[in-house]
Amino acid sequence: MVNLSSICSIIVLSPLFSSIILGLFGTGFLSKSISKENCNVIAISGILISFIFSIFVFFSVLNNSIQIDLYTWNTIDNCDLQIGFMIDFLSSTMMLIVTFVSLMVHVYTIGYMHDDSGYQRFFSYISLFTFFMLILVMSNNMVQLFFGWEGVGLVSYLLIGFWYNKPTAVYANLKAFLINRVGDFGFLLGISIIYIFVNSFNYIDIIKNENLYISKILIFDSEISVLKLSCCFLFIGAMAKSAQIPLHSWLPDSMEGPTPISALIHAATMVTAGIFMIVRFSSLFELSGYLLSFIAIIGSLTALSMGILGILQNDIKRIIAYSTLSQLGYMMMAIGVSAYQIAIFHLLTHAFFKALLFLCAGSVIIGMHHEQDIRKMGNLYKYMPVTCITFLIGTLSLVGVPFLSGFYSKETIIEAVKLSSVYGSNFIYYSSLIGVLITSLYSFRLYILVFHKNKFSMILDKKNNQVATESSFIIILPLLILSIPSLFIGFFLVEPFLFGDYFKEIVPCLNNCEIINSLKLEWVNSIYFGSHALYTIPFWLMILGFVISLYLYVFDFYIPVNFKVNFPNLNKLLNNNYYFDWVNERIIARNIINVGNFFYKIIDKIFIDGFFVNGSAKIIRYFSICLSKIQSGYVYHYSFFMTASIAIMLTFLIIN
Amino acid sequence: MTLFHYLVVSLLLFMIGMFGVILNRRNLLVLLMSIEIILLSVNTNLIAFSSYKNDLTGQIFVFFIMTVAAAEMAIGLAMLILLFRNLDQINFDKLNNLKG
Repeated sequence: MVNLSSICSIIVLSPLFSSIILGLFGTGFLSKSISKENCNVIAISGILISFIFSIFVFFSVLNNSIQIDLYTWNTIDNCDLQIGFMIDFLSSTMMLIVTFVSLMVHVYTIGYMHDDSGYQRFFSYISLFTFFMLILVMSNNMVQLFFGWEGVGLVSYLLIGFWYNKPTAVYANLKAFLINRVGDFGFLLGISIIYIFVNSFNYIDIIKNENLYISKILIFDSEISVLKLSCCFLFIGAMAKSAQIPLHSWLPDSMEGPTPISALIHAATMVTAGIFMIVRFSSLFELSGYLLSFIAIIGSLTALSMGILGILQNDIKRIIAYSTLSQLGYMMMAIGVSAYQIAIFHLLTHAFFKALLFLCAGSVIIGMHHEQDIRKMGNLYKYMPVTCITFLIGTLSLVGVPFLSGFYSKETIIEAVKLSSVYGSNFIYYSSLIGVLITSLYSFRLYILVFHKNKFSMILDKKNNQVATESSFIIILPLLILSIPSLFIGFFLVEPFLFGDYFKEIVPCLNNCEIINSLKLEWVNSIYFGSHALYTIPFWLMILGFVISLYLYVFDFYIPVNFKVNFPNLNKLLNNNYYFDWVNERIIARNIINVGNFFYKIIDKIFIDGFFVNGSAKIIRYFSICLSKIQSGYVYHYSFFMTASIAIMLTFLIIN
Repeated sequence: MTLFHYLVVSLLLFMIGMFGVILNRRNLLVLLMSIEIILLSVNTNLIAFSSYKNDLTGQIFVFFIMTVAAAEMAIGLAMLILLFRNLDQINFDKLNNLKG
């Protein structure tokens, strides 16, 4: 029996080693001695080892989960801080997703960043990201989870601002980091409250501790259950990391980074860390009452509103970013109605087709010589056929064409929402249906405008006088590989995932079992589910969206143009992202900066520095100036003081 | 004439000398003379006590004091002459170099 502990350590550490080697010796930090070919070998081997061992671990823990306590790195008072791994079905699935998408992105980067001067630095960063994400999903205690959480936020900051000479990139990465910081603050509060009542950071101890479930604390004369409070704070952390409203505004701006990281971080892995964390603590969230319906409502609001914003964007990557936001809203909806397996399944399928879409967008951007505005593209199916077909596969999977993978995950979410009865479930159900329509609308708009519409046929790059060409094989290869799971994984894995009992130790069976059992009663098999889509509303909404987008963008072009004229206020609202960015910049950030300025200029400079530090020096100086006037230099003054003081002292002596 | 009167004389002389030192601002020679007057008052004091107590120690001590006074005056006058050579005046206006 091979030692799973050392295999898990190798999985985690191999991307870290490749990242350190590339970072120290490839970027010029210690030396710039690694050429681009060697860098490829080091980086790909690092992640390939992780991927192969992840497959092995996945099949080993399929029926039994393992706990490994690796190392206690500190002991404070009687609190042990450990590094450990808890590998169960959820963790191993996430490990597979992370390593596979990371491997695809590594291969893609060889072609995409070929001419960039920061080539080795980029590989170092994405390997480092893989390390942090693996630590996050494999951890068995909250401190390690938080370490991975912060780490992925940090590497996301580094990667969004990869081209650090662009001011928009610097603005975007600061925004991403600060908004994630807000979420991390809530997450820390949640961890602290849980620790106070459980006295341990380990997952098993937390979930099995009754003290946590029955304690209440007193805040302002009202008793609040500790469980609900800590789940609230944990959800704030998930809201920032998984970009739900209101902490979502960093994700569209994070498209300033290179396309491979958009595929890796902002589609498949980092933004799913919040979802993963909530499912990991589903035992706590199940008992938190109204918080679950709050989660579902936030998810549905995100899904709906971000989808609507996606229709009006003109940058390829931003449309796909808003699509990611919308799909994350779907995952939160699934969590909110206690259908955790379905949320993880949607996470799985979404990782594949969204990474595929982002990488195709990157291929288009390369082919168009770094042009990202879709109004300047068109007719690319002639020039980039492979990209066109893979993009079409990704799009069809996203909108939920029957038998493709996105269909199975999205439709089961909508079914679960229909069956649930949490507070507000009607709103959630209808917004998810409208979300299907809108998803189809923006996806087909994107596909038609980029690949087919030939109104703007200026694909001749006037600078180089070249036609857009298909990208090189190393860029196409990940697209081809990723389209296979996008097509087939839903069909084959939906039944074992949702209705097998792999999740029985992870997810408790309270409300969750009602939904899953009701779904199981109606389930026959995948083929039946797919072919019966014709009888369900979402399928026809998707067809309606396709028809509308055909009408607007192929046949009649005047309606989108006139939208700005006929609905100016609505247009302004949507163009300013519902004024979330305005609130963040003008109200929140500006006032916090003003408070900081107040503390700096008035309290620190004037009061503490001026009054206490400099003021005491000034008083002493003033005093000494006064005293030094006594020393006049004239001898007769000195003799006067001498005799006068002798006379006074003698007087006192005689009197006493 | 009791002892008290002689002591009063001595005190008055001392006061005159003291005021000459303190209130004098225009004449260095007057300063030296005032110092002499102070020493003289101390002498008078000692002689008065010696006469009253019929003890010769006081009068012998006066000799010592007068010797010291003479030596001191010699040095003082020498310094005065040097000062006059450098400053061309004998009042105190410029003698505050140690001010501060």
